[in-house]
Amino acid sequence: MASGEEESSVEEKENNNKRRTKSAIATAWLTFYNIAMTAGWLVLAVAMARFYLQRGTHKGLYKSISRTLKFFQTFALLEVGHCAIGMIRTSVIVTGVQVCSRIFMVWFVTSSIKQVQNEESVVLFLGAWTLTEIFRYSYYTFNLLHHLPYFIKWARYNLFIVLYPLGVIGELMTIYAALPYVRKSAMFSMRLPNKYNVSFDYYIFLILVMLSYIPLFPQLFLHMLRQRRRVLHGEVIVEKDD
Amino acid sequence: MKHYEVEILDAKTKDKLCFLDKVEPNATIGEIKSMFTKSHPQFYPTRQSIRLDPKGKSLKDEDILQHLPVGTTATFYFRDLGAQISWVTVFLTEYAGPLIIYLLFYFRVPFIYAPKYDFTTSKHWVVHLACMCHSFHYVKRLLETLFVHRFSHGTMPLRNIFKNCTYYWGFAAWMAYYINHPLYTPPIYGEQQVKLALIMFLFCQIGNFSIHIALRNLRPPGSKTRKIPYPTKNPFTWIFLLVSCPNYTYELGSWLGFTLMTQCLPVAFFFIVGFIQMTVWAKGKHRSYQKEFPHYPTLRSPILPFVL
Repeated sequence: MASGEEESSVEEKENNNKRRTKSAIATAWLTFYNIAMTAGWLVLAVAMARFYLQRGTHKGLYKSISRTLKFFQTFALLEVGHCAIGMIRTSVIVTGVQVCSRIFMVWFVTSSIKQVQNEESVVLFLGAWTLTEIFRYSYYTFNLLHHLPYFIKWARYNLFIVLYPLGVIGELMTIYAALPYVRKSAMFSMRLPNKYNVSFDYYIFLILVMLSYIPLFPQLFLHMLRQRRRVLHGEVIVEKDD
Repeated sequence: MKHYEVEILDAKTKDKLCFLDKVEPNATIGEIKSMFTKSHPQFYPTRQSIRLDPKGKSLKDEDILQHLPVGTTATFYFRDLGAQISWVTVFLTEYAGPLIIYLLFYFRVPFIYAPKYDFTTSKHWVVHLACMCHSFHYVKRLLETLFVHRFSHGTMPLRNIFKNCTYYWGFAAWMAYYINHPLYTPPIYGEQQVKLALIMFLFCQIGNFSIHIALRNLRPPGSKTRKIPYPTKNPFTWIFLLVSCPNYTYELGSWLGFTLMTQCLPVAFFFIVGFIQMTVWAKGKHRSYQKEFPHYPTLRSPILPFVL
């Protein structure tokens, strides 16, 4: 009996050590990730500001930063993975929807449809995204290092009230501006007859994407408001049970 | 005979919702739920979750009061499961939809395709065959719901019917639109491909039905007992040697056959989504078999022999 007890407590100690190592690796990786992302979005912000100050116009701005933007925005896919494996305790679905909508905008709208790259609405959503992400990633970084300045916390949970709607407006205006070019070129579309017996109209798809903002945006915005109340005012929010 | 007193508290707010005195020791949870409905008529029994602990598992209707770890004054916690709807109702609705919707496209009812095609029929024989297979499949499902299946739970949450019907009806419309389209392209390898696909489809339909019958016979009428299913004299059930949920295995085979038969990408998507969902269900069922039966056959996989 005694040897049995010893064995189980050795196992427990081994499991505890494994857990502690895993958690240390996770923390180290997340710290690196968040520092890298903060840096990336800072670089984007500086590049955009420099372009505008030097040229005096926003025309050509998107083209100049598009590779950096693609890199860092796509890298954010990892965040979905973090949630999926439990490294981060956030809903996979919420994170997934947000990252996917960003990737969609970057790869399938602005980068693919060159004619909309010089629209003002592009600068609008890029500005909103950049500011939001700089504060978001620096918030995570400081949090992980246990040295969070109140200003960063305040900014992360208050600026979104203005930046989120502005970003959405920029995105919607850009997609709307793209519609005539998509229709004319029939890009990404497939017509019948074909051997897969399927069809896809990218023009209609973009319209459906715009419509989807109507149910999705309020939900994501309210989610952020709930987070804000919890973090800034310590309120315990009882989430609706699924 | 000592009577029990039962108090029922709200699991979230801990408010006293109901107090029952002079409850028989051999009363079941089901009977207690009926008594609770008397004082709270909006909470019919299938909507009640009664547990010993506010965050614990629900007690079963068959559980008997005196066999539970409670004193003579028992405290239970109540959680509202929300409006409920019977499984039979949900199944009948979600299966009748695809049956009807597919036929609307097959008969080219107006406002779907260009007006010159209204009420015409496809010139490809595979399209007629596909309609027969699709319709047969859903008629089979409806009949099984009415005459074969024995359900453990009577009800499920009401919102499931909207979710489920959107899935089944939506996919049925999407598939049917392309298969019955005037510009439909028949399978590349022609008659050979369709014949092979048809054999696969029929084989798996018979297999799936055999499994449903075998599962039904495991359970006497009106009971909710759970037993390990084993192969019977019917060769289609011999797959139980290798798989825990062969009903799902055969279902996958049927839809794979239908995909090959129609060579239609939306059907392939339907197959893939179904594959993912059924694998999740099969793994859950496999795990609960293993937990409930300590000597559960080790050769079995959840859904695909040796693989998944």
